[in-house]
Amino acid sequence: MVIDTLKCVGCSDCVVACQTENDVPTGYCRDWVTESVTGTYPEVDIELRSERCNHCDNAPCVRTCPTEASHIIEGGIVLVDRDLCIGCGACIESCPYDARYRHPDLGVVDKCTFCVHRVKKGQDPACVSVCPTNCMYFGDLDDSNSKVAQLLAERKYKVLDKEAGTSPNVYYLI
Amino acid sequence: MKEEIFISGRNIPHIDPHLSIWEFPISLYLFLGGLSAGILLFSAFTHLLNKDEELKGTSKWAPLIVPFALAIGLLALIIDLGNPLYSWKLYTTIRLESPMSWGAWVLLIVTPLSILWVFSDLRKLFPKLDYTKLPFLFKVEDFCVKYKKQMALALIPLTIILGIYTGILLSAFNARPLWNNAILGPLFLVSGLSTAAATIILFAKSAHERHLFSKIDVLLIVIELGLIIHLIMGYYAGNEMQVEAVKILVGGDLTTLFFGFFVALGLLLPLVLEVFELMGYKVPVVVPAILIIVSGLIFRVLMVEAGQITRILY
Repeated sequence: MVIDTLKCVGCSDCVVACQTENDVPTGYCRDWVTESVTGTYPEVDIELRSERCNHCDNAPCVRTCPTEASHIIEGGIVLVDRDLCIGCGACIESCPYDARYRHPDLGVVDKCTFCVHRVKKGQDPACVSVCPTNCMYFGDLDDSNSKVAQLLAERKYKVLDKEAGTSPNVYYLI
Repeated sequence: MKEEIFISGRNIPHIDPHLSIWEFPISLYLFLGGLSAGILLFSAFTHLLNKDEELKGTSKWAPLIVPFALAIGLLALIIDLGNPLYSWKLYTTIRLESPMSWGAWVLLIVTPLSILWVFSDLRKLFPKLDYTKLPFLFKVEDFCVKYKKQMALALIPLTIILGIYTGILLSAFNARPLWNNAILGPLFLVSGLSTAAATIILFAKSAHERHLFSKIDVLLIVIELGLIIHLIMGYYAGNEMQVEAVKILVGGDLTTLFFGFFVALGLLLPLVLEVFELMGYKVPVVVPAILIIVSGLIFRVLMVEAGQITRILY
């Protein structure tokens, strides 16, 4: 996933779309918007980022899961198998992005799935499809003709918590 | 200057403003796991050195509490799960990368072993016990007595793994800079052994046994203090996140608890008291022993809580 921080206006539509699409329990969210302010007034710089699970290549949640409930499917999406999850919380502790929570009713760990049920049908994740500024792009980074691969080839970008060594797959254009 | 806020109104229970996924039950479990591991380790060594009769508190009495401690610890652990009825799924796989996985397996072996270990001597401690109505218990007892040496040999590596695992469980998370310190494993092991030695002092059946374990405990506390210095130095020698994380223990909200209650009242004071006692001064041994045991629990509560407050900065 590629997100253009220069186009994001921080409207939180992505958050609401996700909550509606995925039946996220009230008071919880799988994605959120962060406003990052650097500098000292009047020389300030504001960056808006829609954040979520980074579906890392080297996912610490998958590493620390004792039951193999957290796993990576073909294509790179990190998912939680609800039939295997015991809700121990090891993955929540291991996630540098705090992108996971315990589902209050089910006890299992829940997080962004990149709307895998939509992706399998050829649709974009709910957050991407609803974004009013079209600041989010979803696609296959291994395919050099895809929009996401082209954006990363043309623009400057960053990932979050690079130092954590997780090889995250959500890229922010800056 | 850099400041970040959530503008979409994120306030997830137990996640924001900082994690509180693991609470007191986990700390209690880490404490009881370390304590049990220590007592069994000392007991196994006593047996292998043929000192069972000389050190009855260590070989027979103190281990009595281990099955109960492990049972309470396991119960606390299971209560803390989001999905307790599915806890058996821990045993559908072995994942060496996940400390919780192999820790769960070690517990699965150590818990029944601890029951057999206690059972082998149970009738010596309580002569009125009568198994005649349940004759198979005689066979179990025979089995336990016959294979006691093998059990001791198995317990030594297993209890060391159990003791060290309580620390590694936390240090395996690089997302929590205060936990992500390699010293935490050895520190939890030594702290567990120290609380075990203190417990054995309470159970000691002779002045000789009490003094022996006072000496062992003095040595363990000195090692523990060394490891704590090493731990703090490790943070300061670390990256920005670790330097930031250690502020919570040095100068931050938990300083009094860490240095006041744990280091001063829980390690230094009992160290001095035990040394005085060994020098021949009259000190009620219960005092340093209880201080050590309580501070062991405080230390774990503190580390579990503090670690979840610290995070990677981006």
